[in-house]
Order: sequence, then C-alpha cells, then structure tokens
Amino acid sequence: MLVEKSVAAGQANLEVFSETLQSLALYDRDILVVTSDSRGSGKLGPFGTKFPKQIVEIGIAEQNLVGVAAGLASTGKKVFAVSPACFLTARALEQIKNDVAYSDNPVKLVGISAGVSYGALGTTHHSLHDFAVLRTINNITIVAPADNFETEQAIRLATEADYPVYLRFGKKAMPLLNAEETTFEFGKGRVIKNGGDLTLIATGETVLPALKAAQKLEMESGIQAAVISMHTIKPLDYKLLHEFAANGKPIITVEEHSVYGGLGEACASYLMQSGLHNRFRIVAIPDEYTVTGSQSEIFNHYGISETGIAEVAKEIL
Amino acid sequence: MSVEYRKKILKYIYKAKAGHTGGSLSCVDILNVLYNDTMNVGPENFSSDDRDRYIQSKGHTVEALFVVLADKGFFPESDLETLCQYKSHYIGHPTRKVHGVEQNTGALGHGLSLSVGTAISAKLDDKDFRVFTLLGDGELPEGSNWEAALTASHYKLDNLCAVIDCNGLQISGPTAEVCNTEPLDAKFEAFGWSVRHVDGHNLKELQDTFAALPFEPGKPSMVIAHTVKGKGVSYMENELKWHHGVPSAEQYELAMEELGGVL
Ligand SMILES: Cc1ncc(C[n+]2csc(CCOP(=O)(O)OP(=O)(O)O)c2C)c(N)n1
Ligand SMILES: [Mg+2]
Repeated sequence: MLVEKSVAAGQANLEVFSETLQSLALYDRDILVVTSDSRGSGKLGPFGTKFPKQIVEIGIAEQNLVGVAAGLASTGKKVFAVSPACFLTARALEQIKNDVAYSDNPVKLVGISAGVSYGALGTTHHSLHDFAVLRTINNITIVAPADNFETEQAIRLATEADYPVYLRFGKKAMPLLNAEETTFEFGKGRVIKNGGDLTLIATGETVLPALKAAQKLEMESGIQAAVISMHTIKPLDYKLLHEFAANGKPIITVEEHSVYGGLGEACASYLMQSGLHNRFRIVAIPDEYTVTGSQSEIFNHYGISETGIAEVAKEIL
Repeated sequence: MSVEYRKKILKYIYKAKAGHTGGSLSCVDILNVLYNDTMNVGPENFSSDDRDRYIQSKGHTVEALFVVLADKGFFPESDLETLCQYKSHYIGHPTRKVHGVEQNTGALGHGLSLSVGTAISAKLDDKDFRVFTLLGDGELPEGSNWEAALTASHYKLDNLCAVIDCNGLQISGPTAEVCNTEPLDAKFEAFGWSVRHVDGHNLKELQDTFAALPFEPGKPSMVIAHTVKGKGVSYMENELKWHHGVPSAEQYELAMEELGGVL
C-alpha cells in the first residue's frame, strides 16, 4: 500500500531539519542554531561541523537558551533555538512569552522529541502541554509537521518569517504522505485524503494513524473519511474547518497532546461559536498519570492508533 | 569500586535496551556509600519523618538508584526485569511510584531546590534528619541550581549535602567545552558553601568525607566527587557515546567479563 511504502521512504523530521538548515546556511550566514546540550539529540552534529560559526552552544540551561536566542534575533540573526520540547516550552515559558513573543524577537523555537517521543523516560520528558500554553501567548505561530514535505517547507518558511514560530518535531521516521494538496503555507491545513462520511483532523505524528484508520474504515466498512493534516495549530485554518464541517458529518480530532487546550479544543471552540454542531470527538492523551511505554505503546494504550481511531469513528457515525 | 552494583546496572540496561549507562557507572560508588554507610534510611524507616532524604537531581541515571534501592530491600530486585516496559512503574527516571524514591526527577536542575526545601523544613521543626542530593556536572548551568545555592547558604543549611558527580562529560561533549563551570569550588565557596573534593570511586574516601558532615557548622556542604563516566568497563570509560549507549550482546559479555563474570 502507498502509505506503507512511503513510511519506509521517510526520514525523521529532525534529519530533514538538519539537512534543510545545512542547505540554507550555505547561502545565508545569518542563520544561527542555538543549542542546550541538544546538538546530538537534534541531529545537528553535521551542521555544527560544517558551520562551526553558525552554532552557539549554551549548555543545559533552557531559560538562558531562549533569552540568548531572543537577543541574537534582535540583531537580525535568523535564530533556531533547539531543545527538547518538554523543557523548551515549560521551563523557558516566561522567556518565550516575554523575550520572544511580547518583545517581537522572531526566534524560531524548535521543540524536539515532542509529545511522548521519549516514551518510557516518563512525564518529565513528555510535552503534552505545549500547544495549550503556547496557544494562549500572543504572537507565536505553532506548527507540527506531519511528514518530510511539511517539515522541509516549514523550516524554509520559518527561516524567513519575521515573527516567532514554534516548530514541534517528534523523533521517529516520518512518512511521505500521499497528499492531494502539494502546497504548504502556515495557517492552511493540508487535505491528505478526501471523503464525505466523516472528517479526521490530525496534527504531527498522529496524521499517519489517522490516515491508516481512514483506509481501514474504507476497506472494511466502505466508510469514506477525509483526513486533514492541521499542521498549524495557531493560527488555525478556520476556513478549511468550516468547509469540512459544512456537510454536518462527524469530526474527530487526533493529537499527541493533552485532551485539554490543544487542536481538539481549538476546533471545538470555533465550531461551537460558528453554530456548527457536528458530532465531535477529541482523541488525545487523557488527564492522568501517563502510562509507561514506548511512544507506540502509549499511542495504542490511548487509542491514538489505526484501530483506536477507527473505533471512535464507528461509535460516532 | 562497587562491582556487583555495576553488573546489575548493566544487566537491567541490557535487558531494557535503554538506560543511562555512563552516568550510572560514575555515580554508583557514591550511592553505595550514602545508602550503606552514611544515611539513616531504609525500608524499615522510610515512613518515618526522621529518615535521611536522598534526592537525585541527575535523574537520568536512575538505574544506579534502582539497583541500590533493590539491594536495600525497598522492592524485589526482580521488579527491575520490567524496567521501561509497558505499564511498569520502573521508568527511565526516579518516580515516587517506586518504593524508596523521594522525588520525581528527570528534568535537570530541580534536585537542589527540592533538597533545600526539605532541609529548611527540618530546621523549622527542629528535626535531625539530613538531606543529600546528587547533581551532574553538566546540569550545573541550569540557573535554578545557583538560586538554590543562595537559599541554602542564606538559611545556613548545614543539614544539606550536595554531591556533584564530576565526570567531565555530558551529552554533546566535555563539560569544559559545552559550558565551562570551573572553578566549581571557588564558585560554591563564594555562594557560602563549605566545599571538599573527593575521589568519587574511592569508597573509603567517600565514607570519611560524609562522616565529616557538616564540613562547617552553619554552612551547606558541597562534595565535588571526581569520577569517570562509564567507570569499571574499559571501553565505556570517558566515552561520550556511553551517556545513553546500550551494550550489544558481545559488548555486554565483555563488560561482565571485565567485572568478573556474569551475575
Ligand atoms: C532540564 C533538562 N534539560 C535537558 C535534559 C536532557 N539531558 C539528560 S542527561 C543530559 C546531560 C547531563 O549531563 P550531566 O549532568 O553531566 O550528567 P552525567 O554526565 O552524570 O550523565 C541532558 C542534557 C534534561 N534531562 N533536563
Ligand atoms: Mg557529567
């Protein structure tokens, strides 16, 4: 099947990140990567070797990392601050709010190994809060790419963006999705598959299980599910949401995030306030002590999986 | 050198196919002395308010802690067979779901503040228990450590002892190259601490050092333990990749051989 084939072809988002930055840095001396002992985890070893003058190591100090990045950005540098999403968006939240967003310093924050990518390392290393906290901060664009294409495009756009951007990357190899749409813009969701019976809206690493669920529903029950990669959590693509909600069919959102404050609640808020009362379900990580396991075990446990999403679809239809 | 503990650390990391190998091997002698000689804590008094407290700030080397806690009888060692597995309470960082663990750590730069709070409480209640915490040398640039260091001397916490596992390495390289924190002794002295250096693999030296606590009345004590990351397994020693490297079958056997035979 197409999806399986493309999964094998895909790289980890971080590899795409590293390679794309290298190709851009070659022609742009203003591109700077700032790390907090995260060069290895961020697959930035080769970048550092090639461009030793375009990487600034801070050490294990995420608040300092973001403050320094903001200072660098204020001088016109195109700064990527790279650190595990859990520490970057929790520990350094005040620096993000004040020094980056409020002060209009266009830092590109790169949260690596996001969501539950760190698996059995546990809650300290999970970021299930980042969409929620960053959504409430004015002046920051939040992006979670679903495949190598989106990742590369997002990095290119972020490099030139004169506003703060948060890029959320997982750890594992990503598919090349068979998208019907091949353009990429922040704030414009990408339709991966059309279908008139229900709509699955997913983001980041959950787009693939959503797509697999859609294929399962089609093969086993003839149900046609549309699949959207809602890569930009803020600003959310209300137009696309409205378009897909207009048929009155059920909507299921899927995200590697707490059920609170993420993609699902952002969509629900818009739909409610627009008088669109589609049946609606959020598939995400519940508000509990997260189960121990690898990322895929955690996904399966909470139904962020081909079967889990397909079951919710059948319930709601 | 604590050979049996080292073998167990490797055994469970090998089984889990995950773990922080180098830093567990660098700190395990310190844990050995703290738990088996210095501290008044064990399963028998763990519910007592008077027990000594140990808070591991460098939470990622939890394998060393779990192995020592099992040996102390906090839980059956066989529990560690489930390390990092689906639904296990034995995750890759200290968690209070495991008997004997005082605080949930894993994000660096939290242990010293937690320890300061615990030590202030002892002072407020006129209790005699002491608080020990273990820091990594790479985690010191976290600003919270220095905030806590100030609070510790401000409140004259001579019931607090921090140990730095000074193995000279972190994930990306030598600590001196990533973010130089030397001279550590002068810095902590300037922050109002009483500081001693020790060979972090010499059990006798560690025992004697901890027996001398507090180093000065009215001051928090800092032990700068000079250690070797990966200590005890020749090919792991001072090698960056063993920060969270997991041995292959051949490497595992070689390591066990060096340590005197499989468990
Ligand atoms: C706040 C925070 N930032 C980053 C990390 C990721 N991390 C885990 S271990 C480590 C290196 C720690 O080095 P060091 O303190 O020297 O520990 P050791 O050498 O004893 O393993 C890093 C960066 C973390 N756990 N917490
Ligand atoms: Mg170290």
